[in-house]
Formats: sequence, structure tokens, C-alpha cells
Amino acid sequence: MTENLSSARFVNIGERTNVTGSARFKKLVMAGDYAAAVEVARQQVENGAQVIDVNMDEGLLDAVEAMTTFLKLIAAEPDIARVPVMIDSSKWNVIEAGLKCVSGKPIVNSISMKEGEQEFLDHARKCMDYGAAVVVMAFDETGQADTKERKVAICKRAYELLTGIGFPPEDVIFDPNIFAVATGIEEHDRYGLDFIEAAREIKAACPHAHISGGLSNLSFSFRGNETVRRAMHSVFLYHAIPAGLDMAIVNAGQLDVYDAIDPELCDACEDVILMRRPDATERLITLAESYKGKDAKADKEAAEWRGWPVEKRLEHALVKGIDADVVADTEEARSAFAAEGRRPIEVIEGPLMDGMNVVGDLFGSGKMFLPQVVKSARVMKKAVAHLIPFIEAEKEEGAKAKGKIVMATVKGDVHDIGKNIVGVVLQCNGYEVIDLGVMVPWDRILQTANDNGADMIGLSGLITPSLDEMVTVAEEMQRAGMTMPLLIGGATTSKVHTALKIDPAYEGPVIHVLDASRAVGVASRLLSDTQCEPFVAETAADYAHVRDVRAGKTASVLLSLEDARANAPAIDYSDKPAPPLQPGVHSFDDWPLANLVEFFDWTPFFRAWELAGTYPSILDDEVVGESARQLFADAQAMLDRIVSEKWLTAKGVCGFWPCARDGDDIEIHLAEEERHVRLPFLRQQVRKSRDRANFCLADFIDPAGDWIGGFAVGIHGIEPHSERFRAAHDDYSDILLKALADRFAEAFAEALHRHVRTTLWGYAEGEQLTNEALIKEQYRGIRPAPGYPACPDHSLKPILFDLLGATETAGIELTESFAMLPTAAVSGFYFGHPESEYFGVARIGRDQLEDYAARCDIDLSTAERRLRPNLD
Amino acid sequence: MNARERLRAEASKRILIKDGPYGTAIQAAKLSAAEYAGDTGLPQDQKGNNDLVNLTQPGVIRRICDSYIEAGAHVLATNTFNANRISQADYGAQNLVRDINLAAARVIREAIDEATARDGIVRFVAGAVGPTNKTLSLSPDVEDPGYREVTFDEVKDVYREQAAALVEGGVDFILVETVFDTLNCKAAIMAVKELERELGREVPLMLSLTLTDLSGRNLSGHTVDAFWYTVRHARPVTIGLNCSFGAEQLRPHVQLLSGIADTLLMAYPNAGLPNELGEYDEAPEETAALVKTWAESGRANILGGCCGSTPAHIAAIAQAVEGVAPRAIPKAPEGTRLAGLEPFTMAA
Repeated sequence: MTENLSSARFVNIGERTNVTGSARFKKLVMAGDYAAAVEVARQQVENGAQVIDVNMDEGLLDAVEAMTTFLKLIAAEPDIARVPVMIDSSKWNVIEAGLKCVSGKPIVNSISMKEGEQEFLDHARKCMDYGAAVVVMAFDETGQADTKERKVAICKRAYELLTGIGFPPEDVIFDPNIFAVATGIEEHDRYGLDFIEAAREIKAACPHAHISGGLSNLSFSFRGNETVRRAMHSVFLYHAIPAGLDMAIVNAGQLDVYDAIDPELCDACEDVILMRRPDATERLITLAESYKGKDAKADKEAAEWRGWPVEKRLEHALVKGIDADVVADTEEARSAFAAEGRRPIEVIEGPLMDGMNVVGDLFGSGKMFLPQVVKSARVMKKAVAHLIPFIEAEKEEGAKAKGKIVMATVKGDVHDIGKNIVGVVLQCNGYEVIDLGVMVPWDRILQTANDNGADMIGLSGLITPSLDEMVTVAEEMQRAGMTMPLLIGGATTSKVHTALKIDPAYEGPVIHVLDASRAVGVASRLLSDTQCEPFVAETAADYAHVRDVRAGKTASVLLSLEDARANAPAIDYSDKPAPPLQPGVHSFDDWPLANLVEFFDWTPFFRAWELAGTYPSILDDEVVGESARQLFADAQAMLDRIVSEKWLTAKGVCGFWPCARDGDDIEIHLAEEERHVRLPFLRQQVRKSRDRANFCLADFIDPAGDWIGGFAVGIHGIEPHSERFRAAHDDYSDILLKALADRFAEAFAEALHRHVRTTLWGYAEGEQLTNEALIKEQYRGIRPAPGYPACPDHSLKPILFDLLGATETAGIELTESFAMLPTAAVSGFYFGHPESEYFGVARIGRDQLEDYAARCDIDLSTAERRLRPNLD
Repeated sequence: MNARERLRAEASKRILIKDGPYGTAIQAAKLSAAEYAGDTGLPQDQKGNNDLVNLTQPGVIRRICDSYIEAGAHVLATNTFNANRISQADYGAQNLVRDINLAAARVIREAIDEATARDGIVRFVAGAVGPTNKTLSLSPDVEDPGYREVTFDEVKDVYREQAAALVEGGVDFILVETVFDTLNCKAAIMAVKELERELGREVPLMLSLTLTDLSGRNLSGHTVDAFWYTVRHARPVTIGLNCSFGAEQLRPHVQLLSGIADTLLMAYPNAGLPNELGEYDEAPEETAALVKTWAESGRANILGGCCGSTPAHIAAIAQAVEGVAPRAIPKAPEGTRLAGLEPFTMAA
């Protein structure tokens, strides 16, 4: 890429954080109410200020203290600190103190030759060292420049001095003084015109330099008459900008559009500013009387969005995700269209799609985030649902979609939050999505795609066995001679896996889609006449490169299984936990939901919505904070209803059994049933540096006799609510509910684990940990889950479920790929030894694979399939 | 020719190689607490004070430096990441800052001068200056966002002391690296400007940003382009990125910077992302293959390694980019560049 500098013709500098210009700001700072003062800065930026001017020059203030305090405070506010600061003071010591607090590249306002060339250049050199642009006032040893000639002469002299010491000319901004006009004093009549003409000459004489000015001075004589002041400012800018004015200190929220100014007033202002007639001032004063007291704010409020034309209202509702009035507005649009003889479908194709295009653009450029987009989709769906009966009555064709995509979570997998989000995003952008749901076998995916003439297929999955199933789908597509693109997504999928395993299985385009925000870009390129071919070729080359790199990669060094076992950790079994206080199996039919809320770990909840950050700081994140706060508020509201109206039921079971370690196995003794159950575990084989051991979960169990536990928890009852939401075209609430159910399951696992540690097993009776400490796993003992890094083989789940009777007591079932149903469920083993810790098995060797197959009594190819992710 | 011109001349011929980290290699030497402390007589335990090793065990530093020279490095950094008054205070060794930096600069200077006498290859010493562990832009107290643990002038003076000693010891450049707080970097720039004025000659800067999240911001919140605009006034002889993540994740940010920086670009990523045990296990060939793609697309002038890299990584990188044309320095369009946390530009 190359550097493209903005071609913005005019920069708004916010003036409200200036004690000399804003009485309110001055009052706040004088009172030491910096929190409210910071809010003033925030409003400035929200109102479109591209730079904020900060000025603390007030006789009764310690300006250095006030300047540095305020600058440090706004540095902590990312939505303010994103824009550059203009450090504004007439005192150099205040400016320099400010320069020491600003972390970006600011503008200094101002330096001048008032005290002579020496001091001027000293200050300029300092600004260069600190890295700041400067505003140079048109001021010299004899005073402020008033005439055009003086303005130009002083600026040219300053420019030559500055460039002479190597000051970058593009960092010089001249302020040739905007003075008040229409004061009744004849000498003042030329001030407006002089400024405009001087700007033009300075621009020509001083290459790359900029021109700025403080606008509010201009209309000083019309204090109290906002309408006239705003009109004067707008008229002045209209003429000064083409002459070279690049920036001005203005109240960004208070500028009128030139064309919208009352023509009579506009004309009178122009007469004054451009000095077009001798009686201009008198005429403007007379005219101004008629505008006195008119409240400009009332107009503004009347112009609130509910008063806008219906097309704009629909767009606004879509962008803001407001569904309250959308059905009424849609109906208004439909009947208006009908009166003109236009069809209901045109409401979709016209205003609704226009609005969704705005949403798509904002999302694509990172100005909107997923939760907002999903809300927009809800508004869209409601509007479309209202129109469907009218469209059907006319028996017209549905709106032409941009493309048709068949989506499915593959066989054996039940997770669909991510897939649903992608589906919504694609629909928002005008694609038709045929969603086959979860656990979809490959033949149905292929058949649906062929029957419907789909443009592409999207596969999703969360658990590791789904990766293999995706390869199967790709192989079957190849066998069927299909050529349509295959999109791959989901938490365990990766570009590397796609490149290594899926891409080679299918000759058609295969694209890994990293997250929902990429889905539209990928789909639109694949369907573009011009971009498809290069995109596919580029992706294929990229994947081929990944394969080459992989082939050339010398994998991390593995120890032999024998050596890895010899490097097992030395666990002190004298520390092992005492036998459980309450051995056997315990089931919980209905754990109180209210009790679980305090155990919530919110960070993964935000991650599910593709909002990156850690709770609670994410709520204040500069980029996604607003989105996160809104989402969090919606989640809290739904959470209250889930608990108070008891939408869900938390069922769980846990148990403890005597056991002993036997090599890398753990053998459980079920005395009553007179049988033994063997749990085979895997050992790390990657060569360790320093003194790290090669871990295996069996290490934490005493060969001379010990105890192990297990658990399974699930959240039931989501279906009727989910169906209700979908019937109301409310994907947002549906996804929100599923994400919350997942949180409940995780919280249940956490709560039950604590109950086990403190009561049932009871080895940590007096444990007192906060939820933060629990999230950081600062307790004794671990609860590794089958299918996760310490215990990657999902097929231990049926053994665990059998020990617990989990299907019978907690109602949790397993699919053929060992995914749990309901989807919001967690299961795992309990290890109580204080030295037990989480680890990742990572890559293992052929020797361990063969050993493991023998220990499990399965054939080698089955073992290979189960441990595929650990083999390469 | 001065150091800036010599580096520009060498960098126009080929992609230059920077060395890798010292920390891991020093730990591998398994020095005892007594060996760390040497005859400094410091009362506190000095084990782990890797910067002090410059003074007490220069032979260890020399061997590591030689291993990087052997691997093909042209830009050799001093082992002085924490050799500043703030960080050394943790060891009660703040009064040795000057001695440590002098010794550190001398040992590298000697090593490369001897190597150059042998093989005629031009090499450079970069005096490494770390970020200190105090931040000028952020409050350590969440209750009081306006509070700062240190002042700009204090940090500037800390940098000034270190930079002066490094320059006296014979470094060619001051390398302000792992910049997590842009304001700290501005204080370092100010320190070097003051030093230049005192010495009456140029002390060229190398600046290297580190990102704390994949979206491409450092800890103080600046985007890569906002950072470049903020420090461009320092006329650094190189600008770049180090540490952060592995080469794979750093790529888009190097690409962005490469397109806008009208000076040499130096990048030295970590050897991949740490694994679940916090260790770096990206193989030398893997790192080399990744940075080679930057080189081939004309994004880099100087390449090296940060955390997890070994002489084997540096040698693999050197070999991978052998013969690849160096990045051409783009001409910056005329215009005003300002920055908050995000860049703001105006065409001239």
C-alpha cells in the first residue's frame, strides 16, 4: 500500500473545551469538576470535531495544573484521545507542560514573533523536538496584524524564519486573525474581506502551510442572536475556504448549511463580510432584529428523525436497530408506493435494501459491530415479514437475491451460534441463505445445494471431529463432480487445516472464513464477474504456500514414548486428597439459576459476538465499548427473565470413584458392580526445555490407590423460546439466548466444582474465592474435559457418561461425534491433587499412537481418526 | 560518511540482518548469583539482572554477540534493554547504569570491529533502550485515571543518562525498542535531541514499536500509522516493529508501515506465538519462510528476531533473504500528519 493523505478540504477544531470561549466549560474547570469537563470534550468529538482545542487561560486558574490534569484525563478516554489535541495558550510554560502530556502529535496554538525572532525560534525548535505542528499568530514586535498587507508580510517573514531552521512547512498553520465585523466602527468593515484576501496570498507565498482562524470573533457584535451568528459563520466559511482557510476553531454542532440559510439573511451577511455596500452593517443590524429570540433549537428538535421522510426513517431505524416503529413505517411506505402504482416488493428493493446497504458498508468499514448488525437484521426481518402477505397476494416474484448459500453445521456437531450469525450477516447483505440447521449429513447438504441451484456451500463446526466430517463433505462434492465454492468456518477450523486437509480434497474453490465479518466480502467476491477468478486463484496460491511451508517445516522434536514417560513429573502422592466425604454419584435435577449468575465468566460471551476484549474492561473499550455495553444491557435484561420466568433448567450429575494409576491409564474400581473401568490418557511427547516434565493426567493419581471424580451438566429447555424468537424474526434474541445458555452451562460447571471441593469431596473445605479468582482457576484441583487439550480424545465421553449415568439423570445425550445435547453442556473429570494442572498434550508420535490403540483395544485407523489433530 | 549514511548505503545493497535476543542465551549460561554480581558489591541478589552481566561477565556477552555475527547479523544491539535507572532500581543497581551501558557498548563494538577486520563486512552497533517499566500515558491506578507514576522529564532524564553512556561507549545508533507507550518514546526522542545538542553531532535514532493486540495498537492505544506520524519528527534512520507476536500475525502491520514510512524499515518479530507452556517453538526455517515473504514483497530493509529467536533463527533468516532486493523507500506525499490515538492527515 502507499500513503494516501486525506483530501478533506476543511478541518473542524472543537472550541468548547476552551475556558475563554465556553462559559460552561470554564465553570466546570473552576469548580474542579473535571469529570463533567471531560464529557464536554467527548461531545465535541461526537459532534464531529476532528481536533479538539484545549485552553485554560483564565486569571484565577493555575493554567499549568489545569492543562496537564485535563490532558491526562482525556488521554484515558479512547473515544476522545483518538483525535489530535490543539494545546492552546498564550503562555509558553502552559504549552510546554501540555506537550509533556500528549502522546500523539498535537498542534501548538500558538507561537508568534511578539517578543522577537529569538524567542519565536526557540519555541519553534522546542515544538520540533516534541513533535508538534504549530499555529503561528500574525503578530510581530509592533502588534497584531490588522490589514491585509500586515497579515501577509508577517506570515511570510515567519515562514522564512521557520523553514530556515528546518521546520517542516506542512506543520505550519497561520492564524491571520479573524476580527469582529459590523461593529459600527468604520475601520472594522474591511476585516472579513482582508482575512479572505490575505489567506489567498499567504497560501500562494508559503507552500504547504495551512491557514486557520477562530471563527466566533467574527460575529462578536451579534452576541445573543444565534441565528445571525450561525449565518455569518457559514457565509464566512463559504468564501474563506476556497481562498485557503483549511481549518477553524468552531462549534462543530452549530454550523448551518450555506444553502439552507434564509436568502435575505445570507445576502445581508455577504454584504457585510465581502464589504459589498457601505450601508451593509446597518442593514444587517436591522434585519438581525427580526431574528432575535428565535429559538434555533426548536427547529432542530422538530427535525428529529421521526419527522423525516419515510425512506430516511426506515434507513435510520435499520442503522440504529430500532424496531419500535418499523412496521408502521413499512406500511406507510407500502401504501405510499401503492398510491403511485408501485408494488410492495419495491419497498424491499428500494428503501429497505438501501438502508441495509448502509449497514453493510458501516460493518464492512468497521464502524458497526456484530451485535448492532444482528439488531439491524431484526428490523429488516420485521419489515419484510409485514410485506410478505402483500407480495404473495400479488403473486409476484420475491426480490432477486445477490446469491444463494446453503449453510449447515456438519454431521455429529450441534453448535450453531457462529453459523447463525454468519447467516444473519449474509441475509442482511442481500443473500438468500438456506440454513439446514445442525447435524446435517453430507448427502443432504449436496442435494439441497443442487436442488436449489445454490451458488456456494458454507460448513460450520465447533468440535474437532467436525474437521474430519468437513473433509468428507469436500470429498463427496468432488466425487459428485460439483464445482461451487465451499466455505469453511467455526471455532476449531483454521486456514492451516483448510489448506492442508480440505482444499486438496476438492477441486472447486475452498475458502476458510475467519469470522462473520469476512463472510460478506468472501461471498461477494466469489459472485463477482471480475473478482471471482483472481480471488480464487489468490486463495489457492495462499493455501498451496501454507502446504509448502508445512512440508518444509521441521516439526518440534518428539521424545520417544519411553523417554517421555521417564520424564514424567515427580508427584508427591503423600499430598493426595483424602477420600471424598460423600462418595458415589450425586444428581441435581434443578440447580437454582439465580445461584449460577454470580459464577458467569462474561469474556467468552463477548467473544461469541466477535467483540474482542476482557470483561469488564471491554465495556469501556474505545472501539467496541459502546457495542459491548448495549449487548451487555440486553443480556442482563434477558437474564432477568430467564431467571424470574424460569425459562431454563440446569441439570447435572457428579460422582467419585476409588481408582489407581496403571502406567498412563487410570483404573477405576466399581466394588458394587465388581468391575473395573479403564481410562486411557495421553502423555506429552514434545521435548521440553529447562526442567519441565512431560505430563499425562494419570500422573496425578497415586498407583497405590486414590480417588477420581467426574461430572456432566446441561442446560435444558431452550427450544420453545428459541422457536418463539425465530417465529418473531428475532435472530438477535435467539442468538443471545443460546449464548447465555452456554454461559449458564459453564457457570454450572464452576459452581458444581466448588460444591465438590468444599462439600462433596471436601478437600478444600474452607475455600474462599471470588468469581475473578475462580475464572483464573486459582483453586486446588482441575476438571479437564474430554476433547480439550489435556485429554484430546472425545471418545472418553461415553465411558464417563456411563459411569455417571449422565443420560438418565442429567438428560444429556451424545451424538456419533461425541457432541453433547443439549448444546449448552459441560462434562469432565475431577482431579484433586494439589499438583494437578492443565496442560496440552500437543503432538504425539507413532509409538504412542500404537500404544494407545492397544490400550483402548481399538484398531490403528480408529485411533488415528480420533487423535488426528494430535498427529500432525 | 556518518553512521546514518553508512547504514543507508549498506541497506541499499542488500537486506541487512539484525541479531536476536540476549535474555534466553544469558539464562542458558546458568550463571550463579555470585557470577551475576561479580565484584560490584551490591547488597541485593543480582541473579536475573541480565544487564549487569555486561559489566560482570563480559565474556558471556561477547560469546552471544559472536554467535549472532557468525549467524550473519549486520546490526548488533547492545544487551541493555533494562539498563536504565528505573529498571535497575529493582536490583538496587541504579548507580551502575553508566558503567553497565559503557561496558555493554564496548563489548559489542570490540566484537564487530574484530569481525570486520577479519572479513571486511560492514556492521553496526545499536544501543538498545527499552521502555522502562513505567508508563507516561496510563495511570496505574484505575480509580484515578489522571495519575501518573512518573513525569515526562524524569523519564527523559533516565533515557538521557543511558543514551549518553551508550554513545560514549561507541554505539552507532540509539535503538528505542519495544515501544509500548508512545509518550515514553517521545521522551526518549527528546533525550537524544538534548544529547545531540550537547555533543554537537547527530545521534541517529532507530525506533521500534510493539503491538499489544492483533488489531494493531500498542499499549498506549496508538495505531501503527498514528505512531509513525507521532515520531516522524525524530527523523529516525529506521522505523519498525519488534516483539508483539510472531511474523505471521505481524505481517499486516509491517505491510501498513512499509507503505507509509519514508525511512528504512526494520522488523524483528518473535519466533511465533508462545505455546501453552509459554515457550516459543517456531522452527528457524518457519520464521525465515515467513519473513522471507515480507522481503520478497519489498516490505523490509532490516530483519531480525526477538523473543524466542536463536542464532539458528538469525542464520535461517539471513539465508532466506540472501539475494532478495531490499525495500525501496517510498517518497512521502507532501501533507500534514497529526495524530491522536488514530492518525489524522491533511493534504498540503
